[in-house]
Amino acid sequence: MATYTLAKALTEGLRKAMERDPKVVIMGEDVGRLGGVFRVTDGLQKDFGEDRVIDTPLAESGIVGTAIGLAMRGYRPVCEIQFDGFVYPAFDQIVSQLAKMHYRSKGSVRMPVVIRIPCGGGIGAVEHHSESPEAYFAHTAGLKVVACSNPLDAYHMIQQSIACDDPVIFFEPKRRYWEKADFDPAAEADPLWQARVIRPGTDVTVLAYGPMVKTALDAATAAEEEGRSLEVVDLRTLSPLDMDTVLASVRRTGRCVVVHEAPQSVGLGAELAARITEDAFYSLEAPVLRVTGFDTPYPPSRVEEEYLPDLDRVLDAVDRSLAF
Amino acid sequence: MAEGDLTADAAGDVTGHRPELVQLLTPEGERVEHPDYHLDLTPEELRGLYRDLVLVRRIDTEATALQRQGELGIWASLLGQEAAQVGSGRAMRPDDFAFPTYREHGVAWCRGVDPLWLLGLFRGVNLGGWDPTAHNFNLYTIVIGSQTLHATGYAMGIQRDGGGPNGEYPGAAIAYFGDGASSQGDVNEAFVWASVYNAPVVFFCQNNQWAISEPIEKQTRIPLYQRARGFGFPGVRVDGNDVLACLAVTRAALARAREGSGPTLIEAYTYRMGAHTTSDDPTRYRLADELESWKLKDPIERLKAYLVRTGLAESAFFTDLDDEAEKLAQHVREGCRSLPDPEAASIFENVYVEQTVPVARQQEQFAGYLASFVGGEH
Repeated sequence: MATYTLAKALTEGLRKAMERDPKVVIMGEDVGRLGGVFRVTDGLQKDFGEDRVIDTPLAESGIVGTAIGLAMRGYRPVCEIQFDGFVYPAFDQIVSQLAKMHYRSKGSVRMPVVIRIPCGGGIGAVEHHSESPEAYFAHTAGLKVVACSNPLDAYHMIQQSIACDDPVIFFEPKRRYWEKADFDPAAEADPLWQARVIRPGTDVTVLAYGPMVKTALDAATAAEEEGRSLEVVDLRTLSPLDMDTVLASVRRTGRCVVVHEAPQSVGLGAELAARITEDAFYSLEAPVLRVTGFDTPYPPSRVEEEYLPDLDRVLDAVDRSLAF
Repeated sequence: MAEGDLTADAAGDVTGHRPELVQLLTPEGERVEHPDYHLDLTPEELRGLYRDLVLVRRIDTEATALQRQGELGIWASLLGQEAAQVGSGRAMRPDDFAFPTYREHGVAWCRGVDPLWLLGLFRGVNLGGWDPTAHNFNLYTIVIGSQTLHATGYAMGIQRDGGGPNGEYPGAAIAYFGDGASSQGDVNEAFVWASVYNAPVVFFCQNNQWAISEPIEKQTRIPLYQRARGFGFPGVRVDGNDVLACLAVTRAALARAREGSGPTLIEAYTYRMGAHTTSDDPTRYRLADELESWKLKDPIERLKAYLVRTGLAESAFFTDLDDEAEKLAQHVREGCRSLPDPEAASIFENVYVEQTVPVARQQEQFAGYLASFVGGEH
């Protein structure tokens, strides 16, 4: 057993992937000498050299566009986008090029590219540093989208994403980077494309991913004191969604609350609510409820705690669900 | 000339200097020498280039006709740009890798891509679909300028794969783009990347003077090739209607890239003789006089004049070539008409290397929906 922060678990996962496959290269702004602004790539350039841990010019479209070319040459680039709000200059390369290359070439070209994006708020940052853009990518055919919530998953999911032959958008919960866990890195990992019931319960299913998983768990602990049993599911994979796990849970509890930081409209919660309604309609005792960020731009950090879903808002939704 | 009183434009630089085109064959078909670019071709090689030009133009003519007959949804003609494409295309070695726009039919020809693949895209039966690695010719890229970054990344891969015994890379990348694309952020980012990493990539810009309706003056206040200097690598303007000059200049740039000396920007100065695509009407925005003046610089006529006058090709060569062009035209026409429409199920294929459950389920549901019709016919 060893103790890892989520950031350190990512570093070690990246290191494993680079040791295993010489075609894995890391590229991004400040990822080399500095080790990344969150130190996720700390020490990797020293160990693997400048050809494999590439400090790039400051242009996100360039990072993803050249990663596509490297992938065409047989490499497995892992791109770091420094902050969620900086991914948009690369949006065209991701959505129009990266996501479609395999399809357009009738399968002859593969794009094993991972794009790591620190996401979410709660760290008192200036604007463009606290966003949750996952829905844009989950909406895009050809991409796979995952979100890790804890050190163990961070360690394995980054390796599994790098091993994946499809492009993966990899969301990292930046306010959880420093949370610690003990685990044995040699233990077998869960498959990447599965959600996980991380706290069994009987009354309401709470679906969460990334930074909101801890919030959901905290809510479940508080609810227990009131005699309510919440089942918390960490979605882990956002595209494709693991609906088998989700539906099995909702069929057991009959109620569902989805929690995410991203704005509500046309978010992951909307998709989950629609699919649950289509496939588990007769099991539902209440409509699927959403606890999310608001349909506003991300607010100034001094009021972000009001914007972000927290324990009380999750419990409020649980109350409303149970009142049906 | 005082600073701030600059009258630069796309044709001349801020000093008012009109840059000389690298030219080895004049519009009249006179072979001329250039101090920096030498080319020594056998008669057979010269005839080969002429053959390429003629056949590529024929493919283009047939495709335009097929669009008019309703067989293609749209076609982007290369008329007038044959020399730029054949010259640069024939400069490539097998290990070089080209990243085209959607108009590089002549380069595709040089890379051995069957023209029917190109027609498939414009007919709507595929999205390109050829195997880029089989020809070292990437799929057409329609979003303007995106492919310049792919070429640069590919070149970074070449660097990481390492060179041969003498340190030379086995190949280089070449990115095609147009004058309009030169304004795109991606193209400028590709220049930065290629420069700082000294990547083995050649940027081949066909300045055909028009980005749909916008003249070159809407894209630049200096000749495009001069932009390279600001990024830290050489730029050169070549007569894009001179296949010999395009061949020589691109060969030199690719050799420079392969030997590890970094990128080059080539501005092939040419003219889009036709519409932007078959959906476009250039009479709305440009004058017939301009077109007439460029007709005198035709890339095929000048090489023909040279071959005939020097006796490097006899009349039998031209007759045989006419026959070959006719056969190719027939292949294009008949092949195009018999390209099968894709099956509905193919919509769901190759979205992912590893198919996802939601896509598989949608495919299954859609198949069930189709089968629900009486007799199974939709």
